[in-house]
Amino acid sequence: MSNDDLKKRRVIGPDGIEFEVNPMEDYFCTERPHPESPANRILEKFFNWARSESVWILGYGTGCGAIEMRPLMTPRFDAYRFGIQWRPTPRQANLLMVSGYLSVKTLKRVIRSYEQMQNPKFVMALGSCTINGGMYWDSYNTINRLDHYLPVDVYVAGCMPRPESILAGLEELKKRIRAGKGEGANAYIENLDWYKANQKKIIKDWDMPDYNW
Amino acid sequence: MTFHWMQLVYALVSLFIVLNVGLIIQGIVRKIGARLGRRHGIRWYQLYLDLFKNYAMRSAVSHGIMFYLGPVFRLSGGIGLFLFMPVIYGSVWFQNFSGSGDLILLTYFIFFGTLGMALGAGESGHPYSAIGITRGLSQTTAAEIPLILAIIAIAVQYQTLSVTDIVAAQQGGILNWTLFTNPLATIAALLGFLGSMMRSPFDVVMAPQEIPVGPPTEFHSNFLAVLQTNRAIFPMAKTILYVNLFFGGATNWPVLIIKVFLLYMWPVFIGVAFPRFRVDQSIRWFLRIPTLIGILAILFI
Amino acid sequence: MDYVIQELKTLFSGQNFEKKRGDLLFATLDTGVLVQALKHLRDMLGFRHLVLITAVDWIEEDLFQITYLLRNYTQKTDVGIRVFVPRSNPIMESIHTLWETAATYQRELHEMFGIDFPGSPRVNKPFILEGWQEIPPYRRDFDTKKYAEETYFPRPGRKTHDPETYMKQKLYPDGTES
Repeated sequence: MSNDDLKKRRVIGPDGIEFEVNPMEDYFCTERPHPESPANRILEKFFNWARSESVWILGYGTGCGAIEMRPLMTPRFDAYRFGIQWRPTPRQANLLMVSGYLSVKTLKRVIRSYEQMQNPKFVMALGSCTINGGMYWDSYNTINRLDHYLPVDVYVAGCMPRPESILAGLEELKKRIRAGKGEGANAYIENLDWYKANQKKIIKDWDMPDYNW
Repeated sequence: MTFHWMQLVYALVSLFIVLNVGLIIQGIVRKIGARLGRRHGIRWYQLYLDLFKNYAMRSAVSHGIMFYLGPVFRLSGGIGLFLFMPVIYGSVWFQNFSGSGDLILLTYFIFFGTLGMALGAGESGHPYSAIGITRGLSQTTAAEIPLILAIIAIAVQYQTLSVTDIVAAQQGGILNWTLFTNPLATIAALLGFLGSMMRSPFDVVMAPQEIPVGPPTEFHSNFLAVLQTNRAIFPMAKTILYVNLFFGGATNWPVLIIKVFLLYMWPVFIGVAFPRFRVDQSIRWFLRIPTLIGILAILFI
Repeated sequence: MDYVIQELKTLFSGQNFEKKRGDLLFATLDTGVLVQALKHLRDMLGFRHLVLITAVDWIEEDLFQITYLLRNYTQKTDVGIRVFVPRSNPIMESIHTLWETAATYQRELHEMFGIDFPGSPRVNKPFILEGWQEIPPYRRDFDTKKYAEETYFPRPGRKTHDPETYMKQKLYPDGTES
């Protein structure tokens, strides 16, 4: 979708009636999100246990990291035994796995995918590229620190991390969730202005609503 | 049959049992599949965790009233199918609400969920949902044809449309089962059964590797949890219907669960052995041999 | 390869022939005859495959060099054709009429070097840099490191070593081998 498609304009419908279209208002929800408070303590403890044992991954495969994620499904590593499954759509997933460097263009897609996931949601970033830019730290088009754009729960260092270290990272994430620290979605919404300012600093052609519901 | 209020409680109890049996059987089947692939596989209670997690999601985005009603219709299709047939023959508790002529109602309920889902998935506005539901409806319709032909055949055979009477006619020995009194109808129905269990040759609609997960692409948190609940109840209800119609019903729970498990393994075996059909291939397949067998079953009654 | 040199010399007044290997030849042509020369190479001499189009920024000479690499599959030979366009007015004739794939290369060159190819399909649409507002990043007067440090929040604590002195210190800490 290019920027011209999002401008306000008059179109003639199939029945010959002319009407005005404002895509940003008509097709998208422009409401600002609000934090969702957790349930009461005992119930939340049980829910957090269920969440930590049923992690559904949305894999965002950029760079070399996607290759190291596939072995997790194979008999050798078999992440399914830890309750980890892959979902093909952001709506149903609750862990966004960013597997490598992000250019400005891909960061835009990552933000869209992340915001379409439902609260509570977690982010795991693989590789040194997401931590400090890795070998692309002085590139004109590659971001350096993912935590300036999305609330990252767990970083897995390495270039690339092996499947074993990804499994260790997932175990770390489970501990975080069980301890009630997996509140990244609420932190994102509470600091929305800061995150949006950082995102808009590098994404110059912002052609989507401020929050992609 | 007179109506007692206690029947509501009985029905809820049997629904609860069937929900749990459905979740555990699906977990075990996935575990067996993983073990065949030399993996540990999921834990047998994993489906409970997924269900809890999805019900515990804090936010949900609705796309409109039909989007909300889609999963509800789907679940009522599964529960309705279950509630209007006898689960345990001769038991007061697990008679549910079966009455005369309920076979027609049950065939309607088999299809009801898919139709409701079509409306819900359509309103979600996601193109993948629309493609998925188009495939799903065409494939389910094709898979229904052998089943309906088989049901007509046994309705003619037993001269009744009441499931309870059909089960009653099959009592008193294994040779009284429809499986032996009308094998053609049983074969046609079993082939049609493959199409509605979302297992390998016919799972192009819901497979995550295809156009992502098909109709439920946009359904999340509680909506998805309702769909998952239905995914535990509906296959069980459908399998129990088959046990009642073709395999002599059951007079107690252990017999029912054994029969249901063995019948449930039939699409699983086919699924691990055969690769996936495209929708046009599966429709052609259903409309050839299974339909022919179904017509023969009516002719040779 | 000699007949290729001969043809390019006589028909298109090619210069600076460089035989890098037995099967790889580079030649420089004028911008005006480039399209005819490529058409001739494709249709008459069998160089049917456009391998790539790339550019070099000769900032000292105030020139952009555009290189077209072609492949002949029957004789297993490659020819690279170089043309030079002025850096102040970088416009080159589009060859998407000869190879449709050239449009993508030209779109990339337009984005990365700012070389314009009038008439090439979608050449003005953003390719990988969406909403780029600086000067094109592959030009050598664009300071990549400074831009990255100003824009992308570098994480403090990164150390950069000069490889030569660092390895010397590592391998010979007492300075014997220096």
